[in-house]
Amino acid sequence: MARALSLAFQTGDGPVNALSDVNLQINKGEFVSFIGPSGCGKTTLLRVIADLEQPTAGSIEINGMTPSEARVKRAYGYVFQAPALYPWRTIEKNVALPLEIIGFSDAEKRKRIKETLELVNLDGFEKKYPWQLSGGMQQRASIARALAFDADLLLMDEPFGALDEIVRDHLNSELIKLWKRTQKTIAFVTHSIPEAVYLSTKIVVMSPRPGRVTDIIESTLPHERPLEIRETPEFLAIAHRVRDGLRAGHSYEV
Amino acid sequence: MGKGSAVPIIVVLLALLVIWYLGAILLNAPVQLDTYARDHIAFTPWQLVLDTWNESRPQLPSPHQVLIDFWKSTFEVAPSSKRSLLYHAWVTLSATLLGFATGTVLGIVLAVLIVHNDASNRSLMPWIIASQTIPIVALAPVFVVVTYNVLTGDNLIGNSFHLTGDSARLVSKALVSTYLSFFPVVVGMVKGFRSPEALQLDLLRTYNASRPQTFWKLRWPIALPYLFASMKVAVAASLVGAIVGELPTGAVAGLGARLLGGSYYGQTVQIWSALLAAAILAGLLVIAVGVMEKLVVRRMGARP
Repeated sequence: MARALSLAFQTGDGPVNALSDVNLQINKGEFVSFIGPSGCGKTTLLRVIADLEQPTAGSIEINGMTPSEARVKRAYGYVFQAPALYPWRTIEKNVALPLEIIGFSDAEKRKRIKETLELVNLDGFEKKYPWQLSGGMQQRASIARALAFDADLLLMDEPFGALDEIVRDHLNSELIKLWKRTQKTIAFVTHSIPEAVYLSTKIVVMSPRPGRVTDIIESTLPHERPLEIRETPEFLAIAHRVRDGLRAGHSYEV
Repeated sequence: MGKGSAVPIIVVLLALLVIWYLGAILLNAPVQLDTYARDHIAFTPWQLVLDTWNESRPQLPSPHQVLIDFWKSTFEVAPSSKRSLLYHAWVTLSATLLGFATGTVLGIVLAVLIVHNDASNRSLMPWIIASQTIPIVALAPVFVVVTYNVLTGDNLIGNSFHLTGDSARLVSKALVSTYLSFFPVVVGMVKGFRSPEALQLDLLRTYNASRPQTFWKLRWPIALPYLFASMKVAVAASLVGAIVGELPTGAVAGLGARLLGGSYYGQTVQIWSALLAAAILAGLLVIAVGVMEKLVVRRMGARP
């Protein structure tokens, strides 16, 4: 949960308000999407939650902890825009990276690697190197890496932004299943309206200059979501409201 | 070697040989003509050419003279003999390897300090760069003489190590090698240790990884290709250092001593065959580092 959160970057031309007066509550088990055009501060907000950026004003709490405490306790897994796999490590060794750093036993490591790779449908690819995998598979491996140490919160920063639409659709439906199976809280940054509507229980619409929240939409879609749900009137109605929210923030002015 | 690369290599080699033989005629002809005049010998032009290629102390020895001397002093004398190039090459090689090993380690340690500590970055880097601006030919005698005397003399260090003259000579030459070889390693490894992207560092930050963990899991493996590139430069520089270290003190063994001896006694053929040996040695050392690199890169899962 965030209260009156602001963040300003000092630049040569004076401060740039990346985030201004953001108030937001995320409940346990929710799938929250942050959507908005580039420069609206959605990635910055995620990085503040992850203690990768420091807010200049306001407060933010993760299960009663500050972001810094949450990071030290490894309370979240972070999936970046790029897979950021280590090319010199096999897929299983990449997934093992956080486990090595946290200090799990070898037996526990093997168990968790097996479980998480099954979860993202990468079993059988343990011994492959990243370059032997497609872009979509690499990003799945990076999701497995974020899941391996079983944090309750998963932060995802446009994880499928660099993938083509067919692969993206497939990974979206897999992500929904994964979210339902693991009961994790997911904060997901995207700039795709269908992706946000399809995945989320809550959609946070943001707009730039200064980065702020213009609308928060609770999704009425059922938790069971086949890809065809995107053709239903209910889905289109929510998508329409997101589009309105983006327009209200003058996001379409360039 | 790739297909079709043999022809250009052979063409260049032949061109060099032709130039070399022509040069030998030009440089050696005056002495040869003097000899003919002194001894009143009649000669044909062809006789002159052949003689310039086979003088005993030519200005420029011809390639076959160098090769024959190289062959004889490498394969036809016992390796333990002072006339054996293998013996001299080994003396130089041992100092090269010792200096290269310490230079590489020193370079890595300095790079670690520079990357992890801003104060050492600002205090060390200027000195490291300054160290390489002083000609090694000027520094080597100081290094070698001081080190040798300290190691063998009646002082705290000399008395605590009890080194023989040979070992002290080895160490003092290796020091020159170290001085030349640590520099490319520092420069390469500083770049290597700084090569992780912001994304890769952020990832480790989300795991709350410690600095040693960040070093061993990310900075070290990502810097290894830089290390091998630096080591190829460093190993060649080490060899130069060891040879230069043999020159100023009138060393009796080593390729540098061989060069020095050759120039004292006008044995130009001996100089050139020692140069050939040094070139071959440098080539072998660089190849050895390259093989190590291939093995490590393969273990790190690089694309074949």
